[in-house]
Amino acid sequence: MSHAESQVLEERIAEWRSYLRRRQAIQATDIDELEDHLRSRVADLKEAGLDEEEAFLIGVKRLGELDTLSQEFAREHSERLWKRLVVAGDDEVGSRWNREALVAVGLAIAAGAAIKVPELFGIQWNGPETDQLFYVRNLVLIILPFLAGFFAWKRGLSVTGQIALGATWVVGLLAMNLPSFTPGGDTLILAVIHLPIALWLTVGVAYAGGAWRSHDHRMNYVRFSGEWFIYYVLIALGGGVFMGLTVFVFSAIGFDSEESLIIWILPVGAAGAVIVAGWLVEAKQSVIENMAPVLTLIFTPLFALMLLVFLVTMAFTGSGIEVDRDVLIGFDLLLVLVVALLLYSISARDPHADPTAFDALSLLLVLCALLVDALALWAILARITEFGFTPNRVAALGENLILVVNLGWSAVLYTKFLRKRGSFTALERWQTGYLPVYAVWAAIVVVVFPTLFGFR
Amino acid sequence: MDIGKDLVAASATPLVLAILSEGESYGYAIIKRVDELSSGRLKWTDGMLYPVLHRLERNGLVEAKWGKSEAGRRRKYYQLTEQGSEELASQQKQWQVVNETLRSTPFQLFQPTPQAV
Repeated sequence: MSHAESQVLEERIAEWRSYLRRRQAIQATDIDELEDHLRSRVADLKEAGLDEEEAFLIGVKRLGELDTLSQEFAREHSERLWKRLVVAGDDEVGSRWNREALVAVGLAIAAGAAIKVPELFGIQWNGPETDQLFYVRNLVLIILPFLAGFFAWKRGLSVTGQIALGATWVVGLLAMNLPSFTPGGDTLILAVIHLPIALWLTVGVAYAGGAWRSHDHRMNYVRFSGEWFIYYVLIALGGGVFMGLTVFVFSAIGFDSEESLIIWILPVGAAGAVIVAGWLVEAKQSVIENMAPVLTLIFTPLFALMLLVFLVTMAFTGSGIEVDRDVLIGFDLLLVLVVALLLYSISARDPHADPTAFDALSLLLVLCALLVDALALWAILARITEFGFTPNRVAALGENLILVVNLGWSAVLYTKFLRKRGSFTALERWQTGYLPVYAVWAAIVVVVFPTLFGFR
Repeated sequence: MDIGKDLVAASATPLVLAILSEGESYGYAIIKRVDELSSGRLKWTDGMLYPVLHRLERNGLVEAKWGKSEAGRRRKYYQLTEQGSEELASQQKQWQVVNETLRSTPFQLFQPTPQAV
């Protein structure tokens, strides 16, 4: 083999590599593996008497057509599919994108309009307290069907799926409006907090196109939810700036625009943004790297460190956790955060990769959180009889239990994985398999609690 | 004779598992082994083997690790796990049933009626 000849082969392979790299379903390590294959094939063909150029061409051809190949890879590695859902040609992508944009904007406007519909029946957005309570109870029920509708349309949800979603919506509507809640009562506040959780997870059924049992679809919905939240916060920030400047500009010419902004722009914009954010996440997922995992990367070490320092401080000073009314809710929030950090670090991880230092750090975070929560629970249980079982406390205790079970088993699976006794997929499956538990619990708090505690 | 796409896809898992039961191997060697065993009659598109291997890895049927080839290139080696052996045994039984069923039909003695050209 002459030197110039092998130079050509190296160039060809470099070109071929950079061409493959553009396919997001095929990752660098896969390309390494395919390159090893290609080089073995080329070597064999050359031994059989072909020249380098021919051998390369035949080798590439035998690897298969690139589109089909990257589709196969995408099917197997759906976590990468997230970055580039569409493997079809560019033209098709363009027209689909446009149609999707139209539907999304249409639904966003419809959601904005739907928010104003109750006004036709005389229920004022900033009217008397009973009117405002109506919005507090029904806000999510008014907006989320449009987001569910968007995905039902996009994924072609079956009629059975649509009926199931409609039925949960009706149940939510009845649960929020039939009972005579005490205004400002605990059960009302609990229902208002838990309704979005339950409904959001049912939107996931539409998002998965009905295939909500699939672990991969569930994980994709988790990814979507994180990105959606970030987009929504960004849009809300922009909206805040927009409203502030509007008030300023109009006040400069002596108009007071604050009132109309609060009645019109705020509710309509906030409702429409729910759908727009959902559509943006769908449309932009191939362009921008996911943000939620990046935030996870930053905050996992911070929270692990904070909890460690907290535990050490407690051990040295010997001071226990002071139990007051809201302490349980505070520790629930801590656990929610830790579960979220864990979930999003899992969502972005290549399940085949070997354990890294970050995995050990995540495990440390989980263990610290469990320890801190155990200390808090100990302190609370000692005095629970003194407090009595109010709806708030039962809800908080239930949530604590659900999260502790999740984190406890996660810690076991994580330890197994770090000691190479188990696969990372097991941990992923545990998390995605656990999602319905949240939905069921939230639904119980919304539907059962008010009757259980006499609407107080 | 070309073997249909569905049949190639269906036989991929047991074939790869069976080849790996002979010992640790890597993609190109597996393809060559398939070629050898079928005397070139079973044709795979080379690249398609890899998603199959990755699926087996994800399901814990095979284990992969990066090593070096004789020429010093990075090469990914695959090895059958215990779970993989169990799966292979179960696949063996399933294929046996299919095979026996087909054999008990006129399938084996079937002669195509000569057609006018």
